[in-house]
Amino acid sequence: MKSPGIKKIRWVLKPMVHGLSLIPFVMMVFGLINHTLGPNPAETLSHVSGEWGLRFLLITLTVTPLVRLTKSGWITGFRRLLGLYCFFYVFVHFLIYLILDLSLDFGFLAEDIFDRPYITVGFLGLVILAMLAITSPISIRQKMGRDWDSLHQFIYLAGILGIVHFLWITKADDTEPMMYGFVFLLLIGWRLVRKIGKNTSRPLT
Amino acid sequence: MSNTIRKGSSNISENLVTDEKLYRQRRQFVKTGIFSSAGLSLAAYFPTLAMAALSDLPNRISDAPNTRKLDGEALNTFEEITTYNNFYELGTGKSDPVENASALITDPWSVSVEGECEKPGTYNLEDILKPHNLEERIYRLRCVEAWSMVIPWIGFPLADLIQRFKPTSNAKYVAFETLYDENKPLPGQKRPNLDWPYREGLRMDEAMNPLTLMAVGLYGKPIPNQNGAPLRLVVPWKYGFKSIKSIVKISFVEKEPPTSWNMANAREYGFYSNVNPQIDHRRWSQKRERRIGEYFKRDTLMFNGYEEEVAHLYKGMDLAKHH
Repeated sequence: MKSPGIKKIRWVLKPMVHGLSLIPFVMMVFGLINHTLGPNPAETLSHVSGEWGLRFLLITLTVTPLVRLTKSGWITGFRRLLGLYCFFYVFVHFLIYLILDLSLDFGFLAEDIFDRPYITVGFLGLVILAMLAITSPISIRQKMGRDWDSLHQFIYLAGILGIVHFLWITKADDTEPMMYGFVFLLLIGWRLVRKIGKNTSRPLT
Repeated sequence: MSNTIRKGSSNISENLVTDEKLYRQRRQFVKTGIFSSAGLSLAAYFPTLAMAALSDLPNRISDAPNTRKLDGEALNTFEEITTYNNFYELGTGKSDPVENASALITDPWSVSVEGECEKPGTYNLEDILKPHNLEERIYRLRCVEAWSMVIPWIGFPLADLIQRFKPTSNAKYVAFETLYDENKPLPGQKRPNLDWPYREGLRMDEAMNPLTLMAVGLYGKPIPNQNGAPLRLVVPWKYGFKSIKSIVKISFVEKEPPTSWNMANAREYGFYSNVNPQIDHRRWSQKRERRIGEYFKRDTLMFNGYEEEVAHLYKGMDLAKHH
């Protein structure tokens, strides 16, 4: 696919991606104001934000396969933005938990992080995503050089932790986390097959 | 309707005390509104329904006097109680049970009574209910998932029902089962999320405790399908999953009976499953709970606030071991 050109990307496509990415957040705020989040709004907010965090992680990981399969290098320009929205929703998810579930009690937070494995892995995932978000500006990326590539490989670990976090809070029906896990494995599988095919030692992208 | 009692989920302080008058007015509205007009049109569609001997049950339910209030805690709304349910037979999502409610057929309904008792047999629902005086009791319900509600149930003490079957001295436990027809599974029973049928059980003294209720209604109306129609257990000091819904079998047994969540995960769900803020679920905390309708959590009470009435049942028992 041919590039639509720098101007169109900057002034049309990027604002469009921002707009679309913010829809779930706007819906959450709208639902909160209008009392349309169901009988347990706190739970709805927590679930919706967490799932969108996971979805944006998978969407971010879809960029590279899409670039390769459609030979459209310009799509790579959207990866940073989508990754930041992944962090945004995961951070909102964490804030909802910290405020509504824990009433901002950091003693409860410490207890959860150390005693409850699903929180431990979830929190680790959040820390990883925060590091990736902080180092996402182009200037920092240029300064870090190859270290940046190594650090951003941790997105895969964050994905695994996110899916395990979801799986470990499930009571009996694990259909949903399994579906996210399946898509994640597809995206990883594509990369592995490609890497083996090329037989290079370059890091995964 | 939900706004008559609770203006907005965040206006908690205004709603701490149940407005009894409003609730009674609503009940009167429900009685005249639903049961006369809607009742008539329902009967027109299903003539057999009008013929059923259970036809006076709605009146018995709406006339049931309140025998237990809960001061200082607002009732959850009818909408909250009937749209946010855990009833895996009708699906695992919280709104699945109300959406799939019509799949559960409750007429005709019978209960098989088995095991260590002098009067086993299959009883029609009307025979089960006939001799009992119905009463309304307002109880807390605490789910193992750390949310809770306050519900005005209508029913009768399980003890009164049990005595009619004359259990023998070998009857140490009572086991219950929920409807399950292999050939006609309910929507949620098509998947092995749990080992169907759903099973629950109580020790005999727990079953005979005056707090243990057999419920047939809530908010002055027959119990909706998604809440476990037509007959369900309510054990307010235990996590919600112990209060088995849509009961078709009651058996008196000598040994602790297998129970569904314990079968699914014995480390996480014990036979007793008493509400206990000091003993966490293996994966999450049980110290606090979110009352449906509120944003923040509140402290969970020992035995869900029924300590005085039930703590003696577990005297000398290691509650961590027998969780």
